Amino acid sequence: MAEAGLAALWLAGALAALQLALAVLGVRSRARVAPVGVAGGEERPLGASGGALAEALLAATRPVAIVQGVMAVVAMAALIGVFLASDMSVRLVVENSHSLKPWLYRFAGAWGNHEGSMLLWVTILGIAGAGVAVLERRLSPRTLAATLGGQAAIALGFYAFLLWASNPFERVVPAPRDGAGLNPLLQDPGLAFHPPTLYAGYVGLSVAFSFAIGALVTGEVGPAFARAMRPWVLGAWVFLTLGITAGSYWAYYELGWGGWWFWDPVENASLMPWLAATALLHSVTVLATRDGLRAWTVMLAVVGFSMSMVGTFIVRSGLLTSVHAFAVDPSRGLFILALLGLYIGGALALFAWRIGAVRAGATFEFVSREGGLVVNNLLLSVILGVVLIGTFYPIVAAAFGVQLSIGPPFFNKAAGPVALALVAAMAAGPLVRWRRDEAAAVIARLTWPIAAAAFAGAGLFALAGPVGVLPFAGLALAAGLAVASVAPLAGRNLLRTPLFTWGMVVSHLGIAVSLAGMACDAAFTAETLTAIRAGEAARVGPWRVRFDGIQPVVGDNWSALQARLTATRGSTAVVLFPQQRYFANPVTTTSESAIATRPDGQLYTVLGQAGEDGRWQLRLWWKPFVTLIWAGGGLIALGGLLSLVGRVRRGRQGVAR
Amino acid sequence: MTAKTQRLVLVGLALLAVVAAALLALSALKDQAAFFYAPSDVRRDGLPLGRAVRLGGMVEAGSVRRAGDGVTVRFVVTDGRATTPVTFAGIVPDLFREKSGVVAEGEFVRDGSFRATNLLAKHDENYMPPPLVKTQAGAMHETKTLDR
Repeated sequence: MAEAGLAALWLAGALAALQLALAVLGVRSRARVAPVGVAGGEERPLGASGGALAEALLAATRPVAIVQGVMAVVAMAALIGVFLASDMSVRLVVENSHSLKPWLYRFAGAWGNHEGSMLLWVTILGIAGAGVAVLERRLSPRTLAATLGGQAAIALGFYAFLLWASNPFERVVPAPRDGAGLNPLLQDPGLAFHPPTLYAGYVGLSVAFSFAIGALVTGEVGPAFARAMRPWVLGAWVFLTLGITAGSYWAYYELGWGGWWFWDPVENASLMPWLAATALLHSVTVLATRDGLRAWTVMLAVVGFSMSMVGTFIVRSGLLTSVHAFAVDPSRGLFILALLGLYIGGALALFAWRIGAVRAGATFEFVSREGGLVVNNLLLSVILGVVLIGTFYPIVAAAFGVQLSIGPPFFNKAAGPVALALVAAMAAGPLVRWRRDEAAAVIARLTWPIAAAAFAGAGLFALAGPVGVLPFAGLALAAGLAVASVAPLAGRNLLRTPLFTWGMVVSHLGIAVSLAGMACDAAFTAETLTAIRAGEAARVGPWRVRFDGIQPVVGDNWSALQARLTATRGSTAVVLFPQQRYFANPVTTTSESAIATRPDGQLYTVLGQAGEDGRWQLRLWWKPFVTLIWAGGGLIALGGLLSLVGRVRRGRQGVAR
Repeated sequence: MTAKTQRLVLVGLALLAVVAAALLALSALKDQAAFFYAPSDVRRDGLPLGRAVRLGGMVEAGSVRRAGDGVTVRFVVTDGRATTPVTFAGIVPDLFREKSGVVAEGEFVRDGSFRATNLLAKHDENYMPPPLVKTQAGAMHETKTLDR
C-alpha cells in the first residue's frame, strides 16, 4: 500500500509539472497572437493554427488539474491506510503511532506529524485545484489556465519537498514490533479536525493567490476576477475562523492553564493569514461591486498567500519553538526556508513586474462605504504588522545573539488599541452608503449604537467599578457594535434581505459577542490556588468547591488519578472530575482539566500534584461569560458561510441569465 | 480627485499604516520584550530588576521543596556554573522534574532569587529527557529548544 501511495505521489508531481508547462506554453503562444492587456472576452485568435494549438493547450489544463487532484487523494488515502492498518514497516507509522491506539487517533495520526501534514496540505490543494477546474466558468480561458498554472507551481514545490526531503512512505528494515506512540497532548478529538480545517483555510488563500496570478499574467484585474476569487476567499476565511476558534478552545481545555489565547508563535501563524484574509475579503468586495482598489486587492492576495505559507512552513522549520513544533532536521529546515523564499519572493516579484499592466480602477470619496473598507484594510494591516514583528523579532534578535521572548503584554499593548479602533470603525462601516455619503448623516445613523456603548460603559462602571482600560473599552464597544451590526437590517423586509447581507450582520455580531467574552474573561475571572485534603472545600468566585476524594481510572491507553469535586452555588450543584493522566507510550503525564459550563460562565478545575501530607493541589477558575468567545467565533464563521451561499447562489443566477 | 492622485493617497496611507505598525511595535517592544537569562548571566551582568524576564536552565537535583501551604514550590535552577533559587506558586507543568530543563517566566527579586509567574517545561512529539548540560553555551542551546 505504501508503494502505491508513493507512486501516486510521483504521478501527481509529474502532472503538476505538466499542468504548469501547458499553462505557460498556452498563455505564451496566445500572447504572441494577441497583445497582452486586451480583455479576454473581446480577444480573437488571429493566426488560426497558433490559435487552435493555444486553445488546445489552455483547455488541457483542466483535465490535468482534475487528475492531479485525484492522484493526491489516492496518496493521502494510502497513508491513512497504512496508519489504520498499523503497518510497522513504514517509518512514519513507527515514529508516530502505536497499534493499541484508538482508531480515531491512528486515523488522525496520519497528519499529526510533519510528513503527513505536508501530504494533507498538498492533497487539499489538489482537491481545490480540481474544484477550480470543474467549477469555474466566468474567467477567460487564458486567465483560468494561468490560474491553474499558478496552482501547479505552488503544488510542485510541495511535491518536491515531500518526495526529496520528507517522504511519508519510507520503509524501515527490519520492521519493529510496535510504534513509539503519539504525544498524549495530541490524543484528542480536536487533533482530528483542527489541522485539516486550518489547512483548508491556507489552501483557500493559495487558490485566491492563484487567481491573482492568473489575472496579473493576463492583466484582467476587474470585477469578473473579483467575483471568481471571492467564494474562495470566503471559504478560506470560514475555515480559518473555525480553525482558530477550535484551536483556541482546544488550548483552553487541554493545556489546563485557564487561558484561551497565548500569543504563541504558532497561534500567531494562524492569526496572520486570518487577518490578511479578512482584509482581502473586504477589499475584494470593493473590487467586485465598484471596480476600485485593483492593485490593492491583488497585493492583499499576495500577502494572504505569503502569510499562509509562513503559517504552514515556519511552524515546521524548527525556527520557532512552541507546543506544535515538531523536531526537524536542519537540512529540511533549509529546504523549507528556500521554498518559502521562492514562493514569497516569486509572488512579490510577479506583483512588481505585472502590476504596471493593471490600469487604475474607479475612484471614490473618502466618506463612503469604499472609504470605510479602506480604513478596515489599513487597521487590519497595522495589526498584521504588529503580530508579524512580535512573532519574528525574537528570531532576528537570536541571530544577533540576544535571547528574548515576546509575550502577551507586548501584543495586548501594541495590537489591543488598534483592534478596538477597528471595532469602532466596524460599527460605522456598514451604515455608510457606497460611492458618497454625508458625515453628519452617518453620525445620525450611529445614535443608537453610541447610546448602547455609553449605557453599557456607565452600567459596567456602576456595577463593577474600575476594571481596567482595555476590558472596559472592550465591553462598551462590544455593546455598541452589537447594536450597530444589526442596524443594516432595520426597515428591511427580513425575508427578502440577501443572504450575504445577513452574513455580514451575523459576522459583525459575532465579533461583538466574542469581544464581550474576551473583555468579561479579562475583567471578572476569579482564580483560586490551594492545597486541600479530601473532605475540605475551597471558594472561587460565587462557588464553593468540595474535594470528595481521589479514585483511579483506566482508559484505552492511559490510566489516571481522578479527583471528585462537588461545586455548589446557591441551590445548584455540579460534580467535576479533573484528572492526572499517565500514558505508557510514550511515558508522559498530562493533567486533564474538568470544566462545568453554566449559562453565565464556566467553572474550570485542574488537579495538581499530591503533597506528602495527603493534600492535593487544586487550581480553580470561575470565568463569567467566557464561552461567548467561541460562540462569537462560531457566529463569525456562520456569517461567512451565509455570505458564501448567498454569493454562489447569486453567481449561479447571473450565469443562468 | 483623479485616479492617479487617489492611488497616491492610498499608497501613502498604506505606508503610513506600515510605519504606524512598526512604531507601535517598537515602543511596546522597548518595555515588554522579556530577555532571556541563564544563572551565570546574572552573576556576570548583575540583576535585571523591575522587568519581566525569562530564566532558563536545569532544575538542580534534590533542590525541589514544597512549602507548607502546599502550593508554593522552591527549587534551584543551574546552568552548570551558577545557580539561582526560584519560587513559584502554582501547579508545576507535567514535564517539570529534577535534572530536567525548565524556563521560568517572572522577575528577579533584590536578594538575587527569582519569583516565577509561569513555568515552561519541554513538550515535544519526540520527547526525550534532555541530558544534564554542563556548560553555559550548552545550556543556552538547550534552553532554545525548551518552550511550552
